[in-house]
Amino acid sequence: MIEPGLYHLLFISTALFFIGVFGFFTRRNLVTMLMSIELILNSVNVNFIAFNKYVWPGKLDGVFFTIFIIAIAAAEAAVAIAIIINLYRSHQSIDVEDAEELKY
Amino acid sequence: MLNATYIALIPLLPLAGFVMLGLFGRKYFRNTSGVIATVLLLASTLLALYTAYGYFFEYGKAGGVYQKLVPLKYTWLEFSKGVSIDMGIILDPISAMMLVVVTFVSLMVHIYSLAYMKGEERFPTYYAFLGLFTFSMLGLVLSSNIFQIYIFWELVGVSSFLLIGYYYDKPSAVAACKKAFIVTRFADVGFLIGILVLSYYSNTLDFNTLIANLTSPESNAYKSAAAASFLGVSALTWGLVLVFIGGAGKSAMFPLHIWLPDAMEGPTPVSALIHAATMVVAGVFLVARLFPVFAISSPNALNLVAYVGAASALFAAVIACTQTDIKRVLAYSTMSQIGYMMFALGVAHWGAGEKMLGYTASMFHLFTHAMFKALLFLGAGAVIHFVHSNEMKDMGGLRKFMPITHISFLVACLAIAGVPPFAGFFSKEEILLAAYHSNTTVYWIALITSGLTAFYMFRLYFSIFWNKEHHPHGEAHHGEGGFAMMMPLVLLAVGAAGAGFIPFGHYVTADGTRLESEFHLQFSILPVALGLAGIVLAMWLYKKQNERPDKIATSLSGLYKAAYRKFYIDEIYLFITQKIIFNLVGRPAAWFDKNVVDGLVNLTGNTTQLVSEKIKGIQSGKVQQYAIYFLVSIVGLALLFIYIWK
Amino acid sequence: MSGSTIIFYLLAALTLVNALLAVTTRLIFRAAIYLLFSLIGVAGIYFWLQYEFIAAVQIVVYVGGIVVLIIFSIFLTQQAGEKLPEQKLGRKLFSALAAFCGLALVMLQLLKHRFTVSAAAPLEPTVANIGTQMLGVDEYGYSLPFEVVSMLLLAALVGCIVIAASPNPSKEGEQNPNQ
Repeated sequence: MIEPGLYHLLFISTALFFIGVFGFFTRRNLVTMLMSIELILNSVNVNFIAFNKYVWPGKLDGVFFTIFIIAIAAAEAAVAIAIIINLYRSHQSIDVEDAEELKY
Repeated sequence: MLNATYIALIPLLPLAGFVMLGLFGRKYFRNTSGVIATVLLLASTLLALYTAYGYFFEYGKAGGVYQKLVPLKYTWLEFSKGVSIDMGIILDPISAMMLVVVTFVSLMVHIYSLAYMKGEERFPTYYAFLGLFTFSMLGLVLSSNIFQIYIFWELVGVSSFLLIGYYYDKPSAVAACKKAFIVTRFADVGFLIGILVLSYYSNTLDFNTLIANLTSPESNAYKSAAAASFLGVSALTWGLVLVFIGGAGKSAMFPLHIWLPDAMEGPTPVSALIHAATMVVAGVFLVARLFPVFAISSPNALNLVAYVGAASALFAAVIACTQTDIKRVLAYSTMSQIGYMMFALGVAHWGAGEKMLGYTASMFHLFTHAMFKALLFLGAGAVIHFVHSNEMKDMGGLRKFMPITHISFLVACLAIAGVPPFAGFFSKEEILLAAYHSNTTVYWIALITSGLTAFYMFRLYFSIFWNKEHHPHGEAHHGEGGFAMMMPLVLLAVGAAGAGFIPFGHYVTADGTRLESEFHLQFSILPVALGLAGIVLAMWLYKKQNERPDKIATSLSGLYKAAYRKFYIDEIYLFITQKIIFNLVGRPAAWFDKNVVDGLVNLTGNTTQLVSEKIKGIQSGKVQQYAIYFLVSIVGLALLFIYIWK
Repeated sequence: MSGSTIIFYLLAALTLVNALLAVTTRLIFRAAIYLLFSLIGVAGIYFWLQYEFIAAVQIVVYVGGIVVLIIFSIFLTQQAGEKLPEQKLGRKLFSALAAFCGLALVMLQLLKHRFTVSAAAPLEPTVANIGTQMLGVDEYGYSLPFEVVSMLLLAALVGCIVIAASPNPSKEGEQNPNQ
């Protein structure tokens, strides 16, 4: 096994990202879709930290972006769950296939 | 002193009245609107008199010649250097004179309408329209720019449309206002093209510059305009003829006169305003305004003016002899008198003294005609008010019931017939004199017309006031109408009697110099004799109820019938528009529009609908499908940019 | 082969395997727990990279906040023990293929690319450094975005209350027994 470096981290983040994408496509429950989105956001964070560590060690910009993304993810999760609960109230279901009124 | 503010206020006061009464009249000024409009117009009239006095007697002259003053000029829209639409005021003898005529007649009509239109449902609206009309006409008179005059020209057309169609619940009035609007609008197209032609060659829209450019044979503008030709006639002549077509439309010259008799559907005071002082003389005014260009640069165009004017004068006089609706008789008489003014301009030439007599005579006749024609219409309005009918057969013997109307109407008839010493005599004499000196054909036509005029006016007079005895309807009659209706009659009668003594040649001439009008006794014998003969003939036929008019009508059946049906001009127009234009142009165009144009539009619509029906499934409302589209597109774009496009 | 390397691979495996399980299991509560471990794995990677502050934030916010929020929402909307509905096989295969192709495409591009490492002296990501720079107003200060994010959080807070609040205003009193 070779010494882990930037490319290993990038592989982790990319794999995490596409696992999230896969989940987003295949899940029908809105809460699990939200989980997939959290995975995608995490992959981005790993990316920022990896670049900050290996490419721009003299700066902290990656760190700040990570922090902001975490804050925004928290807000997004809260809003999403509020929407999901509201949807559950009106549809008695949080299956994404049941919420498709917004069409032609 | 020359003060542009005062002059600008003359048209702006009626405009203020229009805006105020038009917006708030029906709510706040239901009963007072007439008084408000009249007071505003009174102020405007006083200012106009003050301006005219100042112009003619104080500051208008420079070295014995009346100047064209431009006290106000505001560049409104500049196209290129020198070519701009200005809002300005021009003050010269004819505009000063017209200011007085328009405001005075309009004031008389305002006062008269206080009584005549009382109790109308849309009383404030009526006064608002009158204000708009007066404003437009005053603006037209004062315009210093040919495009400005066009704007006011159209405003006059719109407001006359509104006034003729005032009784909008009457189908005939609606038809009449549409007819007036369409016919004059049609003529205005000629005017607009004429403006474009003239301004293209003279490179300006300003009247003074335009006249200066087009009258000096050395200028480039004149040379290019005279050199360019179309169908063998120079561009300059074409431009002037087109402008004259516009004027002929407004002034109801043959063959664009058909709207004028129908315009009698409006309220009678409106007819007085439109047919005496304002709308119909706009054409004469326009030709007079451009007179130097006509006279110096294009005698051919001026000849056309003369012949069209003379033909209209005779033509209308013949028709007037047979009509039975008193307002229609007056309408045709107006057309005939306008024809007089037109050919008087047409026979004038550029040159010193006598040669330009026609111009002065035309303006003089415009002035006197405004007085006696307004009087005739207002008198006719009083008669109609009294008997509730327009037809001559319902009238007769009214002299005992309406003494003031009777006397003033008689004065007006004498004036229009050209009996000395009433106003019409002097102006007509000058016109005939001018015609005699320059064009004998026109002179004889004018002479015959003058005899006919006397005949039909007195036919009207005797039919209304003498003929059979009048039998009141039984119920107590309301008399002649109040002070408000009689005062304008008296004032106008004074004008119609005395206006002839104004030495017009001293003030209004084509080049501003003083023109001594000579009085030739031997020359005036013939016209006066013809006029008196006409009066006597009318008296013989119509003073007492008898069989003679019918006999004559039957013996001249063909001519009488043709004249009674107005020489079938309306029928010809109908034939041309309905049979030829509708069938040969309108229907194919309609077919083309229905099948090709609409078909294209429908095709577009149907195709869109069809395609959207097929592809609407894409928008399924399923979030994950959208996400898949998104990812696939992103990957596709990435592949495209990375491997294919580079 | 040092201990550090082994730890890294273990953390990477923890993260990815748990993530994969989180998106494939048909029991929703288990999915939440797998997600929890995956996020802990990411936090471990941050520790391994010696970004202790970020790792702590990751644990506090994600593990302590978001996952708990998700579990709450599961309780609110789901009958316990119920299996999630099966997705269509075609959709699954297509998604897997798309995800794999995307991964392959991105990795190919990444491996082709050589990153040039900045030669500047490393700056330790200590809490002191982060705090000074984040609230700084000088050239590299991040105080403006910081304030913007705080506004965003406030807006999200208000928005959540508005969205999730009971549509029947008469029940408000019952929901606030403290008053």
